[in-house]
Amino acid sequence: MGAGAQAGAEVLGPAGEAAYLRIEHVGKRFGDVWAVRDVSLTIAEREIFALLGSSGCGKSTLLRMIAGLETPSTGRIVLDGEDLARVPAHRRPTNMMFQSYALFPHLTVAGNVAFGLHQLRPRLARAEIDARVDAMLDLVQMKAYAGRAPQELSGGQQQRVALARSLAREPKLLLLDEPLAALDKKIRRQTQFELVGLIRRVGVTCILVTHDQEEAMTMASRIGIMSEGALVQVGTPDDIYAHPNCCFSAGFIGETNLFEGRIRDGRLVGADFPQPIVLALACGDLPAEGSAAWLSLRPECVRVHPLAAADEAAAASGCENRAPAEVAEIAYLGGHSIYHLRLPGGRSMIASVPSAHWGDAPPPARGARVQVCWAAPDGVLLSR
Amino acid sequence: MKAPATPAAARPDAASGPGSGSGRLWVGLLPWLWMLSFFVLPFALIVNVSLSTPELAVPPYVSPFAGESGAPAFHPDPSAYRRLGDELLARGAAGAERQYLAAFANSLLLASLATLCCLLIGYPFAYHIARARASARNTLLMLVMLPFWTSFLLRVYAWMGLLDSSEVGLINQLLLALGVVAEPLPLLYNGGAVLVGMVYSYLPFMVLPLYANLVKLDLRLLEAARDLGARPSIAFLRVTLPLSRRGIVAGSMLVFIPAVGEFVIPDLLGGGGVLTIGRRIWDDFGPNQDWPMAAAVAVLMVLMLIAPIMLLHRHGRAREDGP
Repeated sequence: MGAGAQAGAEVLGPAGEAAYLRIEHVGKRFGDVWAVRDVSLTIAEREIFALLGSSGCGKSTLLRMIAGLETPSTGRIVLDGEDLARVPAHRRPTNMMFQSYALFPHLTVAGNVAFGLHQLRPRLARAEIDARVDAMLDLVQMKAYAGRAPQELSGGQQQRVALARSLAREPKLLLLDEPLAALDKKIRRQTQFELVGLIRRVGVTCILVTHDQEEAMTMASRIGIMSEGALVQVGTPDDIYAHPNCCFSAGFIGETNLFEGRIRDGRLVGADFPQPIVLALACGDLPAEGSAAWLSLRPECVRVHPLAAADEAAAASGCENRAPAEVAEIAYLGGHSIYHLRLPGGRSMIASVPSAHWGDAPPPARGARVQVCWAAPDGVLLSR
Repeated sequence: MKAPATPAAARPDAASGPGSGSGRLWVGLLPWLWMLSFFVLPFALIVNVSLSTPELAVPPYVSPFAGESGAPAFHPDPSAYRRLGDELLARGAAGAERQYLAAFANSLLLASLATLCCLLIGYPFAYHIARARASARNTLLMLVMLPFWTSFLLRVYAWMGLLDSSEVGLINQLLLALGVVAEPLPLLYNGGAVLVGMVYSYLPFMVLPLYANLVKLDLRLLEAARDLGARPSIAFLRVTLPLSRRGIVAGSMLVFIPAVGEFVIPDLLGGGGVLTIGRRIWDDFGPNQDWPMAAAVAVLMVLMLIAPIMLLHRHGRAREDGP
């Protein structure tokens, strides 16, 4: 419902690479609710792909369908040329790292890692299993804890054991369900890099599900943004940041100023901006005259000038859109500051201003009157 | 550093926790007083009787504390245990009939079989209820306990009606009518009948602790097992079963312990033919008027049950502290 996102209809694939995993028009209905709606997606071998979305957007359901823990209501999933529809979860060449890790409490760390290896057919020799468990624990640097019970480990250690367990069977596809959500914020960032390094080293194709845009942007080479069961945009992090295709992706990846209005004479009017907003006509198709549209403007594209020098500065930098504003809040972050600005109509805007921008002059203080402006090409026009 | 301030600040908090004062003391004391009054003291009396000398009197024994001089003295008479030992080890003339040995063997065997049957029947019960919709679970549990709403004795008598080999036995009537058998089967008054009665009576004691354990099982562990290549049957054997070990132990104890000392079921369904510990104690306290011997049998039975429980308890604590 809402946001009518049907971007999933076309198959979005990474340029020039053969599709390793193909998800074709996959949907999942629970009762009357479509948790996942017509998602199509291709993923290349060795790619790290992130499904990003807020909780309840269907990203975990999609992951569970790939693992075989849920059955799709529509569509099909093809991995390495094999249609997975008739393959039960325990025979799929995928392994999942669960959000809460789901380590077996009655087994040791080594026993957890060995669990999947014991299920392999033809059976592995005991020595072979031991050797592979050893290698896996070595990989995640948990060899010293082989005999421990999972409950005795810290969250970060449990995460590494869970990873070793899901990698032990050498899956064709590694599925990570909110891999770092259970960790403290402090160790999460460090773990992100460790995890990516490890996945690259092993060379496994990986899909991770997360609600944390920073995690998605740090870890994945491509991101798929999901909202209300549908895949709304797929692309590299910088691509989505620079060219969001809808208000949802614009707001979900990075921060943005969104102005809502209608198109009149090639400008956006009715937006809570003092004048009609000048649009860069070159960028994309302009929606029909009179139709609703949104303008997304990244904070770092907004320039802030002291009122005295405003006009020549704006003219010099080629900014077509200007308005007076009052500084409501300033968050100084070292290299740059975040300015919360109040426009005459009462709406607020955020601007990220490099500290060097002010030169020798003192930066404006809270309550100061300033002028905000931006160049038309910096705004991204969105039709939904 | 403010480190020293922290414990000082925490201390009054710990002392005046919720429910402090004499009320808490009494609540804490109640179970101890209960156990003292209704287990420790009676057991001490039984031990005392078991160390007495049989005597034709009322009561029919001389307490080891009854010194002739009237001065406080303690003269335990281990003769009851010596006689019991002779019986069990089948030594000398006493062991000729081996009644005590048969009683202990029968009781342990019947209790073991009853426990095993209850486990095999009760596990699917408990598993099914634990996996049912949350709203249906209480109803299903109630149905398991429904037989408790009628008298225990009535239910055992009902089994007599079912198993009887005369014309009132329903099962034999049915088999005869269907032509499955030509003669009534001897279903009642044997070990099999006792086993059926015990399994029927004790099944809820197995189901309830198993259910309480299985309902807590984290289903994500089963998903993880499936994801790691385990067929549903393997996932059950390697994950569900080991994780329900505590429920299995608790249920088995709740069935095994009362089953060992069971008197009514063997007496009614086994007739005189099935000798059990309960029957032995009954005979020695009653018709035989050999109280020290009866007490010695009772003490031996308690010791026999306590030892494995303590072993299991220690084993369980050492093995895992997890769920």
